[in-house]
Amino acid sequence: MQTARSILSEEKIHAIIGSLLRGGVLLAAVITLIGGIMYLLRYGNAIPDYHVFRGEPADLRGVPGILRDMASFRSKGVIQLGLLMLIATPVARVAFSIVIFALQRDRKYVVITLIVLTALLFSISGGTL
Amino acid sequence: MPVLSLVFGVDIRYAIGASLVSVIATSSGAAAAYVREGFTNIRIGMFLEIATTIGALTGAFVASMVSTRAIAVVFGGMLLWSAYEESRPRYVSEETGTDRLAGILKLDSTYPGLQGPRSYSVHSVPGGFALMALAGILSGLLGIGSGAMKVLAMDHVMKIPFKVSTTTSNFMIGVTAAASAGVYLNRGYIDPGITMPVMLGVLAGSLIGARMLVRTKTRLLRILFSGVILILSVEMIYNGLSGRL
Repeated sequence: MQTARSILSEEKIHAIIGSLLRGGVLLAAVITLIGGIMYLLRYGNAIPDYHVFRGEPADLRGVPGILRDMASFRSKGVIQLGLLMLIATPVARVAFSIVIFALQRDRKYVVITLIVLTALLFSISGGTL
Repeated sequence: MPVLSLVFGVDIRYAIGASLVSVIATSSGAAAAYVREGFTNIRIGMFLEIATTIGALTGAFVASMVSTRAIAVVFGGMLLWSAYEESRPRYVSEETGTDRLAGILKLDSTYPGLQGPRSYSVHSVPGGFALMALAGILSGLLGIGSGAMKVLAMDHVMKIPFKVSTTTSNFMIGVTAAASAGVYLNRGYIDPGITMPVMLGVLAGSLIGARMLVRTKTRLLRILFSGVILILSVEMIYNGLSGRL
């Protein structure tokens, strides 16, 4: 019987993590580009003012609001979803590493990776974990 | 980020948000290629990411309590330092004894060389970990990847081979920046109108740059890069002190 270690060679793990990162960035770029085109069609003629900081409205600040805007096809919501996908790409890589370390029965690294994932989720949820 | 706030006069908080997103884009894009080549040490990256993510969270929370002018001055100082670091020749690290922690954490590994895999061992793990925490704090405070400081921690302190240090640093930058980006997103610093063109532009630029890198002389790149950073850092510090930001 094959052990988990031999099924998942280091090379294979590296290839999977590489594809995961590339896929995440590409998907995020495509969504952002679509949102960007929608945004320019809608606001292309307006001159924005970024000298003064106002902060984003509540619906563009968290995951639930961004998803709601996305569902109603609002251009800023679509861009924000693309940016959220990009932020989620390294988080997905960390989550995937937990599975790999668990398959390798490497308890130390499962714990180490869980600490990093907790810090990331704490940040994205806005400190409400 | 300095270009946004200095050339276009964008508020430094919007610039921090856009900068973080572009850092994640370039880091993840490049990491995808480096990981396949086998230079990146995932275990070293994972372990040190504890320090960088917790540092980044701390930095991002502290950033809301200090003035943007102070951030501009600290950032200018960081730029000056990295311009100096970039122009300095790197020395080759010599072999010494191994670290006990490196053994426990299985950090020692191999990387592809011309004559097959070459093995290396990792030194001064606690010192490297502490410097990584500082790199994380600066990343969260300023919205940068602090790649130069990560390389310094691994290359100079932990005596990890240069190619492994640079690729593993790049691998960690995405996770570090994501830790700060979450905090900034929830605080309303990430504006879709500014961040969208910055992110798409940086991604396109990094794809072109990666192709040009093969044909360009490293020495020329370093001089050009140091020059640009030097001008930006002086202007950033001046604006921060004179209250123009």
